[in-house]
Amino acid sequence: MRGSTPRNVAAGLAAVAIVAAAAGCGDNKDGGSGDSAKTADGAISMHGVQPQNPLIPGMTTETGGGKIIDYMFSGLMRYPAGGGNPEKLAAESMETTDSKVYKIKLKSGMKFHDGTPVNAKSFVDAWNWAAYSPNGAPNGTFFNEIDGYKDVHGEDPDGEGPKKAPTPTAKEMKGLKVVDDLNFEVTLSAPFSIWPTKTGYAAFMPLPESFFKDTAAFGKKPVGNGPVSFVSWQDNVEVKLTRFADYSLDDKVKVKDVTVKLYQQDSAAYADLQAGNLDFMEQVPISALAGQKWKSDLPDRAIETNIPTNGIIAFPLYDKRFQNADLRKAVSLAIDRQLISDKIFFGSRPPADSWANPSTPGNPSASCSVCKYDTAEAKKLLEKAGGFSDEMVFYYNADSSHKEWMEAVANSVRDGLGIKARAEGVPTFAVFRQMIDERKMKGPYRAAWQQDYPDVENWVGPLYVTGGSSNDGDYSNKQVDALYKEGTSAKDLEGAHAKFAEALKIVDADVPSVPVYVYKSQAGFGTRLANVKVDHVGELDISAVELK
Amino acid sequence: MGRYVLRRLLQLIPVFVGTTFLIYWLVWAVPGDPFAGKCGERRCPDAYIDKMTELYSLDQPLPVQYFKYMSNLLQGDFGTTFGGQDVGALIAAAYPNTAKLAVVALLVEALIGLTAGVLSGLRRNGFLDNLVLVSTLFLLALPTFVTGFLLQWFLGVKLGVIRPTVSAEANFSELIVPGFVLGSISLAYVARLARTSIAENRRSDYVRTAIAKGLPMRRVVGIHLLRNSLIPVVTYLGTDLGALMGGAIVTEGIFQINGIGRTAYRAIVTKEGGTVVSVVVILVLVYLFMNLLIDLLYAALDPRIRYE
Repeated sequence: MRGSTPRNVAAGLAAVAIVAAAAGCGDNKDGGSGDSAKTADGAISMHGVQPQNPLIPGMTTETGGGKIIDYMFSGLMRYPAGGGNPEKLAAESMETTDSKVYKIKLKSGMKFHDGTPVNAKSFVDAWNWAAYSPNGAPNGTFFNEIDGYKDVHGEDPDGEGPKKAPTPTAKEMKGLKVVDDLNFEVTLSAPFSIWPTKTGYAAFMPLPESFFKDTAAFGKKPVGNGPVSFVSWQDNVEVKLTRFADYSLDDKVKVKDVTVKLYQQDSAAYADLQAGNLDFMEQVPISALAGQKWKSDLPDRAIETNIPTNGIIAFPLYDKRFQNADLRKAVSLAIDRQLISDKIFFGSRPPADSWANPSTPGNPSASCSVCKYDTAEAKKLLEKAGGFSDEMVFYYNADSSHKEWMEAVANSVRDGLGIKARAEGVPTFAVFRQMIDERKMKGPYRAAWQQDYPDVENWVGPLYVTGGSSNDGDYSNKQVDALYKEGTSAKDLEGAHAKFAEALKIVDADVPSVPVYVYKSQAGFGTRLANVKVDHVGELDISAVELK
Repeated sequence: MGRYVLRRLLQLIPVFVGTTFLIYWLVWAVPGDPFAGKCGERRCPDAYIDKMTELYSLDQPLPVQYFKYMSNLLQGDFGTTFGGQDVGALIAAAYPNTAKLAVVALLVEALIGLTAGVLSGLRRNGFLDNLVLVSTLFLLALPTFVTGFLLQWFLGVKLGVIRPTVSAEANFSELIVPGFVLGSISLAYVARLARTSIAENRRSDYVRTAIAKGLPMRRVVGIHLLRNSLIPVVTYLGTDLGALMGGAIVTEGIFQINGIGRTAYRAIVTKEGGTVVSVVVILVLVYLFMNLLIDLLYAALDPRIRYE
């Protein structure tokens, strides 16, 4: 039952939780109809799931803990709701002339929840800790652009175990330099124009000195610098947060207490939401979406938002049978995306039409020329590719709700191309991921990508560049790699985005994978709340919310 | 009696070691690297996998791992989850809730089931008897999750007479509906078992003798008939309590009760091998002791049974 919801799809399957510096949106002043006195000592509750890792920014890779880290920490940048370019949060300024050396100045007067000051050292030490490989932080790879990263992060020499990664030669990255209390300088090993955007991601949050004294204790009782501070964490029951009185940035929360209730089944949370025992749920259960039932269950209390995640069918390009681009194009053209969106997802996940998410800054719109449904063209391309004589098996992990749409894809391809095709489930996500990691997939398989930070670079780099972190089909095109490099070393974002758009044109000709649909979140809230807004990943904006 | 108990207790040791080893072996033998799916749609960094493998001694041979685990366990250390929480604390927080729920469910079964069974057994083929037969058939046909969702929606959301989910404190009053849901199927069994047993013994010689002696009906039923008819029912309730103590994954899930079933289920889904083993170790112990207790209870109910 768990794992049958879109939330968990995103949690377990779609990359890492995207984490905004803080969920704030200071410029939203409309629709406020709350009672300010009630709000000032009011408490709200929201749906959550038990965090799977210690509550440490560098350790948190899933949405359960990601949400809490998100609320508790404020990073250099924040990502505005509804997409768009990031804004400065803890950073006063971030200057560069060559996209290689960044001079960062922090806002003054910021404090951690334990009262200690947030300074340049808090950032530099936190980043060094996460990047240092013996600490085993899953988010350590986010620092790979910084000069000296290779000296602190050892990797398994043959890339697949069982050999151990060598112990690194240094403990600190030489590209990080503290200038004074509020200033520090970051030198990258090569120019990377998107780097400031990246610093809004959870892995880049500052950490107080107490963290380095006892990391294990910190993971159970974290101390952040965000608008809410930690009160308690009762396993499988709830995490309590409260307003941080000394918070100095502009995304202060108006309510006093925030409780994240840890549910195992979203149906229980949905029943609580309808009965008034829960104030906010970022994703209603799939069963409530059928026939738009959730909108009648929650009159005027339903919010639908785009979230930056795509559902994808990936090809194992290491398998000879899938190395012909025309075949891959034929498969893509034979998928009736509209029908799948309407019938399987009840319209809650619209068809994909571009190689990145439509809301991503820098995404060239409708860039995918093979994302339409055209069986005549598909058959022609299949013939050109020499046909496909084997049975095409589409793989998915059966522990989450992918069966229906993957079967629809297989049937669509079978009927559209006139070949044998079916869908087959792999028992669990872990086994599925292992097959992918070991490059043992024998057919096209389900994938998803949720951007870590809002920029088209976070799609081109991980998915289409040779050796990208989620380029699991081993797609490789020298032109794409070269354009990506030109883009990342461009002087400004516009120049970078132009290069990435060019790279995506080549991707469009190669079709290394097939975008199928884009995700939307369907959130619901209780009658007590006013001024409810959701952030860029569909979570509640706790800075805006008020009580009636 | 004392020797019998001692022998049974000694027998528990090999059973305990055997079952825990099997479980330990099975849990870690489940296909799929436990850390492969931890980083979403990308490969986890080697640094992370190396550290976790070392932390859980997964690079050592299985008997060594098991031995390490057991020696920690015997010192009261249940290990930690991948997230760093103490498994012993998780179990300590969850178990009282499961026990409370089990007691409520057992009371529901015993009170409603026995009353219905005795009444219908005494007046066979009457209106009440038919009512009990039909309604228990209905309960038996409904899976727990249907009863659960139905009552949650109807009483919790539609009518608003109960909270749809149980709070963190899990008070007894909140557990009545979940307890009824959990006990509903067993309730039907208890009613039917009691009914048949009563109906059978109703015609036996000793009951007829008791009636012929002129004993009041209340005494005949309450003392003579009931005590003898209860043996199969008590056996059933006893084993059922053992099962209930093992947690109720479905009911605990629907009503958001922080119990042992939910803890075990969560651990299985997230591939927390250590947690699964620790929970199951506790369950094995509980089950073994429950069985012993039931066997001893027989002797108390039926003087013909003696343990040497």
